[in-house]
Amino acid sequence: MLRRFTTTSILAREEKVGKMATIAQAIRMALHVGETKLGVTDIFGEDVGPPLGGVFTATQGLTKTWNSPLDERGIIGAAMGIALAGDRCVAEIQFCDYIYNTIDLLKLAGNACWASNGDWNLPMTVMTPVGSGIRGAIYHSHSFDATATHIPGWKIVMPSNALDAYGLLIACMKDPNPTMYLKPKALLRVKGEDLIPGEPENEKELRDRIDAPLGDRTQWKPKWPEGLTDFTIELGKGKIVKPGKQVTVVSYGRTLPIAKQVAQELEAQEGISAEVIDLRTLWPYDWAMISESIKKTRRAVFINEDTEVSNFGEHLLRRAVEEHFYDLVARPRLLAGAFLPGVGLADPLEAASVPQADSIRDLIREVAKEAA
Amino acid sequence: MKSHLKVAARTASASPERSKGNQDNVTQLKSNDSKARISPEVLTRIHDVMVKSRVLEERLIKMYKQSDGYFWIGGPGEEAFNVPLGLQVKKGEGKDYDYLHLHYRSSAIVLAMGAEPIGSIRQMKNVATDPYSGGRNFSNHYSIRKWNIVPISSTIETQYASAIGTAIAQKRHGGTGITIVNGGDAGTAEGEFASCLIWASRPINPLPILIIVTNNSYGISTPSEGQHGEKQISDRARAFGIESRTINGNDVEESYQAIQEAMDYIRKERKPFFIEARVSRLYGHSSASGANFVGGEADPLVLFEKKLEESKVMTRKQMDELRDRYTQEFLDMAKQVKQEPMPDASTIYDYVYFGQRGKGW
Repeated sequence: MLRRFTTTSILAREEKVGKMATIAQAIRMALHVGETKLGVTDIFGEDVGPPLGGVFTATQGLTKTWNSPLDERGIIGAAMGIALAGDRCVAEIQFCDYIYNTIDLLKLAGNACWASNGDWNLPMTVMTPVGSGIRGAIYHSHSFDATATHIPGWKIVMPSNALDAYGLLIACMKDPNPTMYLKPKALLRVKGEDLIPGEPENEKELRDRIDAPLGDRTQWKPKWPEGLTDFTIELGKGKIVKPGKQVTVVSYGRTLPIAKQVAQELEAQEGISAEVIDLRTLWPYDWAMISESIKKTRRAVFINEDTEVSNFGEHLLRRAVEEHFYDLVARPRLLAGAFLPGVGLADPLEAASVPQADSIRDLIREVAKEAA
Repeated sequence: MKSHLKVAARTASASPERSKGNQDNVTQLKSNDSKARISPEVLTRIHDVMVKSRVLEERLIKMYKQSDGYFWIGGPGEEAFNVPLGLQVKKGEGKDYDYLHLHYRSSAIVLAMGAEPIGSIRQMKNVATDPYSGGRNFSNHYSIRKWNIVPISSTIETQYASAIGTAIAQKRHGGTGITIVNGGDAGTAEGEFASCLIWASRPINPLPILIIVTNNSYGISTPSEGQHGEKQISDRARAFGIESRTINGNDVEESYQAIQEAMDYIRKERKPFFIEARVSRLYGHSSASGANFVGGEADPLVLFEKKLEESKVMTRKQMDELRDRYTQEFLDMAKQVKQEPMPDASTIYDYVYFGQRGKGW
């Protein structure tokens, strides 16, 4: 199996979003806070420790990192046991495409508290890169949100920017439950627009401080920004990233910044006012925010890139229909990945497999303009 | 393997290395070439828990057959190994004590640690007072955090994966606490078993785990001889450089000594040890296969009682009275539990998350 992957093929447009830390850097800084201030004892997985520091560089320079055997079941099992013993770990599955052979254990981690009638809890975090956007072909492009949200007992997050990536990871590391941190791999090198508390304002300074050099790293040590805090984004809270009046757009992860940009363009060019919600936490999710928005706009679109059948967006759509049937003036829609065995490698195939800016734009416009 | 119990009860000449206290009151158990010696008090204690466990399992089976429970699965036939194991656990909460990742044939271990039998009866009846799952899980699916017994699951072999983690934490913590994991022979075909062997023996960080397989030679209805080419399961551990042995798990003193030696090694060396214990399965796989007594298998309790009687540690009358007493006690408990309330349906969402009550979304 191909495991290692470069991330140089990220969409150029996305790389120019901001000037602050990337999501990968944000994760690294949050983990540094985790291991120095939040009691994190183990950060581990395949190639997580030195010399590589993660295939996406998200675990470079940390002190509690170590490399595991190439064994996903062992990784999740070890994380569960560490949590059962009262220590706190962040375990990584290198790509979510390879997490499927751990489903048994993920279910057990999720049900240990419930099955023991509240006797045990597992304070553990599993992070794994998800989704398309790096031309990862069939086994480096899977999504996992549809499957993860079918496993009760987990709290599941998926950031779309560096600040959220930082605050959500801090929240995960503080939570007494198993938390699943889904990393949209297409966004991992996207620079943020907002400064993380304690982050140097000069982006080059941050790079010089915490990015490992190429080549020999044996003598290298990061110079962590001194002012980093346990800045936390509460789990279960979404964020309205673009206010609007005509249609509610709910998304997360890779499709979120695309939806936001498309919504801004539609407003500027066509006068269509879409309200874009970044769900951020998939479970438990911020239904109050979605519900209030739908009551205002009376139209709703749910967007993500996991396959469309039994998709998490389908659940949100079902709830929107059941609870807002008489509020809605147009059919709510789901835009998701095609129900295919994989994401095709060639550009036209990948683009046809998962939502892109054009399909998102078309759907928002269509729902906004549909006759009431 | 056969073992022979020879007794030099109440003779000073039988004073063993491990015996403590009154040497005039020592029983020598000879297992093969072993020099294990177990005092009559401990022998009597082991017998007591073996009978308690057997009678409890038989009560649970009766409850199932009387529709006072939906499903039975348990461990009659494993008492000669499991009771000595439970009695030697370093019991407590936290990394200084032993963590137990058990499977559903472990009632004798938990009873030997001091669990109240009525808890098992409550879980069988799935009443609200079930101390292990609040009526949510099958019989013999224990969860006792104050004793480091992590929730038992019906999934096969997954406990061998989670055992890795408590052992990692204990290795880092230091002290003498170890991780104990057990499971059946059929489950060793699952990936988590291999994971446990690999992770326990990593040269960079060998782990303090007692890895146990109780080998009853069956996976539900399928004989292992047609599915497993290895002569002994312990050979698989040996391939990873793990100290290992195969023992007669139907023999009390052989089991007791093997467990003691393994635990001593792990507590001191902080490395893994593997025991394959050949045991019996006296009532089949579970209630799904009828839960009827299976003829032709060695009964460790019968074997042990015969030795105790021959060695004059206990009389037949004493042993019969003990069984009768537990039989009556557990019958009374079952009658009591039948009067206890079922869980309230409104609690179904409780503890999806830690400390959470109600639905929450």
